[in-house]
Amino acid sequence: MSKQTKKTKMPEQNPQQRVNNFGEVALGYSAEDAINEAKRCLQCKNPLCMQGCPVEVDIPDFIALVAEGKFEEAAKKIKEKNNLPAICGRVCPQEEQCERKCIVGIKNEPVAIGRLERFVADYARDKEEIEAVTKQDKGKVAIIGAGPAGLTGAADLAKMGYQVTIFEAFHEVGGVLTYGIPEFRLPKAIVKDEVEKIEKLGVEIKLNHVIGKIKGVDELFEEGYDAVFVGTGAGLPRFLGLEGENLNGVYSANEFLTRVNLMKAYRFPEYKTPVYVGKRVAVIGAGNVAMDAARTALRLGAEESIIVYRRAREQMPAREEEIHHAEEEGIQFKLLNNPTRILGNEEGFVTGMECIKMELGKPDDSGRRRPVPIEGSEWVMDVDTVIMAIGQSPNPILLKDSPEIETTKWGTIVADEDTGETSKAGVFAGGDTVTGAATVIEAMGAGKRAARAIDEYIKGSKK
Amino acid sequence: MYKILEKEVLAPKITKFKVLAPNVAAKAQPGHFLIVRVDEQAERIPLTIADYDRQEGSVTIIVQEVGYSSEEICKLEAGDSFLDLVGPLGEHIETENYKKVVCVAGGLGAAPLYPKAKSLSEEGTEVITILGARTKELIILEEDFAELSQQLYISTDDGSKGHQGFVTDVLKEVLEENDDIDLVITIGPMIMMKFVSELTKEYGVNTMVSLNSLMVDGTGMCGGCRVTVGGETKFACVDGPAFDGHLVDFDEQLRRQQFYSDHEKLAHGHEIGGEGCRVKAN
Ligand SMILES: Cc1cc2nc3c(=O)[nH]c(=O)nc-3n(C[C@H](O)[C@H](O)[C@H](O)COP(=O)(O)OP(=O)(O)OC[C@H]3O[C@@H](n4cnc5c(N)ncnc54)[C@H](O)[C@@H]3O)c2cc1C
Ligand SMILES: Cc1cc2nc3c(=O)[nH]c(=O)nc-3n(C[C@H](O)[C@H](O)[C@H](O)COP(=O)(O)OP(=O)(O)OC[C@H]3O[C@@H](n4cnc5c(N)ncnc54)[C@H](O)[C@@H]3O)c2cc1C
Ligand code: SF4
Ligand code: SF4
Ligand code: FES
Repeated sequence: MSKQTKKTKMPEQNPQQRVNNFGEVALGYSAEDAINEAKRCLQCKNPLCMQGCPVEVDIPDFIALVAEGKFEEAAKKIKEKNNLPAICGRVCPQEEQCERKCIVGIKNEPVAIGRLERFVADYARDKEEIEAVTKQDKGKVAIIGAGPAGLTGAADLAKMGYQVTIFEAFHEVGGVLTYGIPEFRLPKAIVKDEVEKIEKLGVEIKLNHVIGKIKGVDELFEEGYDAVFVGTGAGLPRFLGLEGENLNGVYSANEFLTRVNLMKAYRFPEYKTPVYVGKRVAVIGAGNVAMDAARTALRLGAEESIIVYRRAREQMPAREEEIHHAEEEGIQFKLLNNPTRILGNEEGFVTGMECIKMELGKPDDSGRRRPVPIEGSEWVMDVDTVIMAIGQSPNPILLKDSPEIETTKWGTIVADEDTGETSKAGVFAGGDTVTGAATVIEAMGAGKRAARAIDEYIKGSKK
Repeated sequence: MYKILEKEVLAPKITKFKVLAPNVAAKAQPGHFLIVRVDEQAERIPLTIADYDRQEGSVTIIVQEVGYSSEEICKLEAGDSFLDLVGPLGEHIETENYKKVVCVAGGLGAAPLYPKAKSLSEEGTEVITILGARTKELIILEEDFAELSQQLYISTDDGSKGHQGFVTDVLKEVLEENDDIDLVITIGPMIMMKFVSELTKEYGVNTMVSLNSLMVDGTGMCGGCRVTVGGETKFACVDGPAFDGHLVDFDEQLRRQQFYSDHEKLAHGHEIGGEGCRVKAN
């Protein structure tokens, strides 16, 4: 057992250097680092860490293999439960999931489970051999959306022996992993590689298929699919409804990040999609999405990139690690400020943003102290780009075509938490489209549980 | 890959393509558009479905060369393919229950207008068409419209064919002569749709316009195509692209279309002023 109280340090690109490139910020453990960290695990008989992992990775077992230097075997162990380990190791909010429950974390820093998972997945990347599941005789399942929920459901069903087809609206797979989370946190080559491995299992992926437009859910059943899984995410951007919100230079975080990540505007003009970034950029919101937008703006040449948030630092919803990285890179934080209108010039470009100062009042339903405006405290911030990162709701295209799938007043699909069953027979749903914007690992957990339920459902209906 | 079956140059810088996309053709209706990508580096370009043939499994698009991406598209030949093609997108329009409709097209606008006019005429509607362009070479689909229109007017800015002046001059006459028009549909440059809508408002005639806002995904995901309609923000790609012309804030749309004009010059290889991206090409 190791006496080390802290996690083995993650090598990182230094902040001055990394704001000039889109390369990964965290560089990954060496084999030495990994073995050293793995030795901090107590190999608990009743491993609490596993309760924190929605896809049930056998954490102590894989860590034991790492400690012995058996990295490829460790990778196999993880893959039994998790089809996207290189992704989870990078973007899971481990501090809220597996690592939060880790026993070592009571007195010291928990075992760096995420970093180990990342190391193992990266190590095994070119060494793995995937065998296609040749027997696809249990039935046919259609998966709508190639985000983490859909991909996980697809992989699990394929392994069970189903013939699986994923329909994806975009020209690339991955959902938010591809169009939302930036290259410097999650290289797209890694997403591609993990998805290719899922395809090798025998999963068919049809790109450029907007379900609800090119075909409806009922048509999928007519074509012989026995069940349908909806993993369409929460892609509809919210705006605040402010005066001046349609000025040139006001983006949704979705548009800004999609242009940069999916369309590779950061490599313009080699890639032809442009993105406009001014000198002073304000990002509204303080979640992961806001941090990503602010850090991306800096890398695209903004002189100042400023997070504007109506609550206080303790209430920022982004992961601590992301806030820390943002601060290191020089992102500014204007907390307890709420935008009231956006100002523009005659050509319709943003020239400033009026904000009102806020103070914390009494706790609201969520238990967080509610921000209230301080009367007469309006001031104008000198900015030329404004990015709205205040949340997303599910995209209604599919639901417009299938109104019989019940939704909540927020537009999310009503689905059973354990099975993903919706109000429409044979239709299951999971991920952000059910929960609203959440996390990669929760979406994957939902995909996994739905795969099990779909298996039961099809077995039952074929009797 | 989506194979190009036929290519035809209709006018200088205006090219028609028939593309094999059976699933899209099966669902296409008037008012729908699609998005294409030529290759890995290309933008996603929205184009109206100008016609479709369900039996053949093909969709027709008509492309005007206005900038880098549209030029790249027009370099493609029959036998080549688009890397990506997604559709049908947008809300289709209803063409039933109209007696008399005026179709007003500016330049390339004739292409997106055609499927609507065709469908109206198939429903037994009397169609009056006004085709306008800068000069006579740029008038497209004249014969196609002649076939389905009870009356067809041409208008060119330089007077090389038909009326010399703007389509609004001709429309005014038509509106004076006919007091039984149910609807005016107009598609063309934003500025033209603005003036047509202002004119028809005076006459109290319902007007439908089709917006060509800047788009990225075309599925309601980015909000880049926002447009103010009757004081509310709508997304042109999912709520439109057809809207009530009397409610659209055209001035805002005209400004939004200029958002990337400097960048487009750069894609073309021209230099622009100001700082570039901090990240050097890698
Ligand atoms: C910028 C950003 C940063 C984030 N950072 C983190 C992070 O660090 N850690 C973390 O855990 N989570 C993070 N999240 C949240 C996380 O990415 C999401 O919770 C997760 O991706 C949800 O997965 P999903 O499969 O439900 O949906 P998505 O990933 O949204 O995928 C849905 C897919 O369905 C497709 N689709 C939608 N409608 C249709 C249709 N009608 N037909 C066909 N296809 C359709 C979409 O194109 C998309 O590909 C972040 C989110 C964003 C936006
Ligand atoms: C729903 C919809 C349907 C459309 N249907 C057709 C069609 O059937 N045929 C066709 O040729 N075009 C159509 N367009 C317009 C077409 O998408 C644009 O012409 C194309 O994106 C321009 O790309 P580019 O790189 O060639 O030009 P750019 O280099 O991007 O632009 C050249 C010039 O055109 C302006 N411009 C750019 N995009 C647009 C736009 N969307 N609308 C108007 N001006 C623009 C720019 O400001 C610039 O001045 C449609 C657009 C939409 C949104
Ligand atoms: S998948 Fe995520 S939650 Fe599960 S063990 Fe790995 S890092 Fe932890
Ligand atoms: S709880 Fe912590 S120490 Fe125990 S097995 Fe899990 S990772 Fe190891
Ligand atoms: S094009 Fe993105 S929302 Fe309309």
